[in-house]
Amino acid sequence: MIINHPLLGPRDLSEFVYLGDACLMNRPDWQADDALEQFIDYGYTRDNRAGLHRELWYHEQGDRSWLVVTRNTVTHEITQVELARDVARAEGRSK
Amino acid sequence: MRYSGFRVIKEALTGHRGWGPAWRDPEPKSDYDFVIIGGGGHGLATAYYLAKEFKQSRIAVLEKGWIGGGNVGRNTTIVRSNYMLDGNEPFYEFSLKLWEGLEQELNYNAMMSQRGIINLMHSDAQRDAYIRRGNAMILNGADAELLSQKQVLEKYPFLNVQNARFPVMGGLLQARAGTARHDAVAWGYARAADQRGVDIIQNCEVTGFRIENGKVLGVETSRGFIGAKKVGACVAGSSSKVMAYAGMRLPIESHVLQAFVSEGLKPVLPGVITFGAGHFYVSQSDKGGLVFGGNIDGYNSYASRGNLPMVEDVMEEAIAMFPMMGRARLLRSWGGIMDMSMDGSPIIDKTHIDGLYFNGGWCYGGFKATPASGFVYAHLLATDTPHKTATEFRLDRFHTGHMIDEKGMGNQPNLH
Repeated sequence: MIINHPLLGPRDLSEFVYLGDACLMNRPDWQADDALEQFIDYGYTRDNRAGLHRELWYHEQGDRSWLVVTRNTVTHEITQVELARDVARAEGRSK
Repeated sequence: MRYSGFRVIKEALTGHRGWGPAWRDPEPKSDYDFVIIGGGGHGLATAYYLAKEFKQSRIAVLEKGWIGGGNVGRNTTIVRSNYMLDGNEPFYEFSLKLWEGLEQELNYNAMMSQRGIINLMHSDAQRDAYIRRGNAMILNGADAELLSQKQVLEKYPFLNVQNARFPVMGGLLQARAGTARHDAVAWGYARAADQRGVDIIQNCEVTGFRIENGKVLGVETSRGFIGAKKVGACVAGSSSKVMAYAGMRLPIESHVLQAFVSEGLKPVLPGVITFGAGHFYVSQSDKGGLVFGGNIDGYNSYASRGNLPMVEDVMEEAIAMFPMMGRARLLRSWGGIMDMSMDGSPIIDKTHIDGLYFNGGWCYGGFKATPASGFVYAHLLATDTPHKTATEFRLDRFHTGHMIDEKGMGNQPNLH
């Protein structure tokens, strides 16, 4: 598997570390009334889709950037690679 | 038909015309008391023990492909009960005891071979951990023996014990562990279940549940609706997909695990041996091939095939342990889809939907659990109470915090 890094171009799978579903970027609000339920859900349950999957990869043997990779879990085809930083900014999360 | 040595001789003398199919190929009925989704080892064992131990009838096993075509025919065939935690070890020891009587019970040659497993240790800390685990095993009625480097070398004289980075200091031996012919286990359970009236329906994929007022009424399948009083899912890597039909989101990720087999060699490995400094396990099949594997690839996958970095990693571990393996040629490699749970331990429990049960989250340790998984799942389906060895495999343990995290990795499924 080759991940086409937005800054560094095509890089081999072995340079990356996998974290999991990109929903992990959206940490629940700890002050919400149902914060406990939300955190259990955040920590332990996953959609685990067969098909297109947005997921977090860390370029550990490279520029140490976090990436959001859209990949088909049935074919391993990667259709989109974004910097996690850009994704978070697009959601208005950091300045 | 009972299989026996006498029968083999009789058939040999009469041109082998008397062997019939090992199980029927029935049309699905309109409804059953029990529908088991998934005709792998666990599903077939569940159906068998439901019929035999719990005296139930009107049972069907639905399989989307064919019997023996899933993970039960893809694993590295190792059978053991060398776990540490209280929630796990009694269950796996129960399983190993069932393995020991399995072939007589099923009247089927599953080639069960108790050739022993040795976990190699490479550091003082690892020795302490193995002593602790060995003691936990003994406390739960299993067998464990700590071997010195010299004792390991007596069994495996070609091991590289002087590796500068990972010297072999000894090992933890479970002599009753071993290997079994994996697909024969599926066939044996299928045949034995069929003989007790279980309908094994192949090429029948479940496409949904019919649920009304919080109670399951049956399953929609590629061969039409099948009614059921109780439905038990045990579909391993497809768990999230199937349970999503019931609106459930599971504490499971599906990952790909690769396995490998070398060309056939003369007998060289007397038992199963694992590398303690990485994750590598190897045994030799009766045909002569070295059967081995390592870690999962580490990313969500339903592809049944892996990537090359993990192939290289596994080969490196092999050569580090047995330099002589570098001379053997790799014959085949393949992948299977593992239902990796959030704490590395399985789930066998009721769901919030009346009549719907779930068995999954086996990670890559499902094969050794086959008999006990079937037994305790049948217990749960028949009596609505968990078997005494499976009380901790609860679905709500991720809410209550009662994790069974054998490896201490936390909620990171690709590290279990």
